[in-house]
Amino acid sequence: MTAKPKIAVYKMSSCAGCQLEILNLEHVLLDVINAVDLSYFVMARRDSEPGPYQIGLVEGAVTCGEEIEKLKQARKECETLVALGSCACYGGLPSIKNWTPQRVVESRVYENPAAIHSTTAYGIDYYVAVDAYLKGCPINKEELVEFIKSALLGAKPYLRPHSVCVECKLYENVCVAVSEDIPCMGPVTTAGCGALCPANHKACDGCRGPADDTNAKSLAQTFKEHGLNPGDIKRKFHKFAGMTPEFDKGADIL
Amino acid sequence: MSKQIKVDYLARVEGEGALDIKVKDGEIQSLQLRIFEPPRFFQGFLVGRKFDEVPGIVSRICGICPAAHQVTSIMALEDAMGIKVTRQTQDLRRLLALSQYIQSHTLHIYMLAAPDFLGYESVMAMAADYKPVVERALKLKRLGNDLTACIGGREVHPVTAAINGFTKVPAKKELEGFKQKLLAAKEDALETVKLVNTFPIPDFTRDCEHVALSQGSVYALNEGNLVSTKGLHISAWQYRSHIQEKQEVHSSALHSYVVGRNSFMVGPLPRVNLNFDLLSEDAKKAAAETGVSFPNFNPFYSALARAIELVDAVDQSIEIIDRLELREEDTSFEIKGGQGFALTEAPRGTLYHSYIINEQGIVEEADIVPPTAHNVNNMEKDLWQFVPGVLDLSHEEATLRCEMVVRNYDPCISCSAHFLKLNISEV
Repeated sequence: MTAKPKIAVYKMSSCAGCQLEILNLEHVLLDVINAVDLSYFVMARRDSEPGPYQIGLVEGAVTCGEEIEKLKQARKECETLVALGSCACYGGLPSIKNWTPQRVVESRVYENPAAIHSTTAYGIDYYVAVDAYLKGCPINKEELVEFIKSALLGAKPYLRPHSVCVECKLYENVCVAVSEDIPCMGPVTTAGCGALCPANHKACDGCRGPADDTNAKSLAQTFKEHGLNPGDIKRKFHKFAGMTPEFDKGADIL
Repeated sequence: MSKQIKVDYLARVEGEGALDIKVKDGEIQSLQLRIFEPPRFFQGFLVGRKFDEVPGIVSRICGICPAAHQVTSIMALEDAMGIKVTRQTQDLRRLLALSQYIQSHTLHIYMLAAPDFLGYESVMAMAADYKPVVERALKLKRLGNDLTACIGGREVHPVTAAINGFTKVPAKKELEGFKQKLLAAKEDALETVKLVNTFPIPDFTRDCEHVALSQGSVYALNEGNLVSTKGLHISAWQYRSHIQEKQEVHSSALHSYVVGRNSFMVGPLPRVNLNFDLLSEDAKKAAAETGVSFPNFNPFYSALARAIELVDAVDQSIEIIDRLELREEDTSFEIKGGQGFALTEAPRGTLYHSYIINEQGIVEEADIVPPTAHNVNNMEKDLWQFVPGVLDLSHEEATLRCEMVVRNYDPCISCSAHFLKLNISEV
């Protein structure tokens, strides 16, 4: 029997929700551990197996020097490196702090900010080459299974390029933007969540980051015409993926 | 003779922590539970955001108990704006919390704690010898997750909980579908109590203050006052006058304490100790059958308290589903500026949120203290008393025992790191 492919799970600055999604695969978890070896997974294991690993799943945004080192090590020991979730893809919610001077944010939380050495929050590809992006806050765990299967088969995984709007149409959701004037980020956000928020009668929050070929500026203009002030619009685009050029353009409306 | 117990990266806890204990001639020289999870600044970047974004943002403090952060922030914001919610909303929030207890407690008991007691490095390693046990865990955890998703739209970072209600109310029929599953899960929950009761529990008792929410008529989750085994009795708005934090020279973490007293413990064991009579009848019966008496001050019984709460969570969920009529409600309200406070019992213990918002609904100040932040001080105090008793054991065994002291608390380090004031002083 050939050895099982080895997978490593790394954690940067994050809530652990994306790696928890691995343990939330209850219906297939025993099959997963039959097919692959979760060799490095500190949240679930006390003993780790050393690299190299076939697949590295990196959760979280990079927000300090130690994490840059850890990330570079991960890149070295993994054949395929995956950004697991929006924090790793774009900096995620932690990147909200980037829009306020670092010292101001620090002094709101810490009595002695001189002792803090936090850096601008970036997605992992700011520092290392990334082979695949599993978007979402959290990731869609079925997409993760699909990805692992494809990797094992040597096939190109199907990662959705289109926007959440397409999924709303597929699920026959009533459009919250058109019918109720709810300012929805669906038109510019990557699909893959099953249009979860619109299906639950609320605006898409943009948590999966920009879809391919989006026109965020046009959506921002539409928001403005529907009465949102520049502050509201900025907050919408500078949220999960404000560090991407696409969403930053949307925030740039006067 | 000097000895060092060092764990560079604590496993089977959420987040990044380390343990460093130095002993010389049988005396502890230094003991540090270090949190090296980088600071996450939630309180910093919430300032300037709009009130209705807050639940979605604070949810991302923790992937394991997101609903607790959401609902607590919502309750604090409602307090600020003077909004009173309907009974249905209260019930749905309670059911959401219970679903998270089922998920989170199962995760901890079977996947994070059980391997310690049964002699495995992980649940994956356990699966070979304990397949039916692991399958039971997966079934229970899935049920908790499914129930969260039914109410919240998704299990990790649910989306429907909102100020003054839910963006979408689950269909009665859908919830009723859970009743059969919960009835079946009851047996699994009772088996869990029996399993945990077979764990070898170290003989270790420490007299410390146990703190939990308490309310006369229900097992408190989202209601009641904060009470303790040493006479604390306060409302959410009084929290900051009674619970504070201090920086310890040798610790990187802020240490929570009751003003005028000492460190304290929050979580399942304090809840069971303080609210035992309000557990469901079957949960009380299951507890009685273990032969373990409550109140109990051995922190290693935390896993048992979790298992007892699992039985209670299943019973309570069924009761709420039976009671709920479920209709879409008017969730409109007027935005008002003000300050609001809320305390809830997250799976890991007492959670505090407080906000000041202005007339436009923009956050001006946020104050969040998660359960693990409350507990860090107490974990260290436990270790100070515990370590001398394990020094005769092999290094490996002593290290494992010390890790277990920390894992008793089911710590969620990412949660606590959003606020931890790191004291990195030059020496």
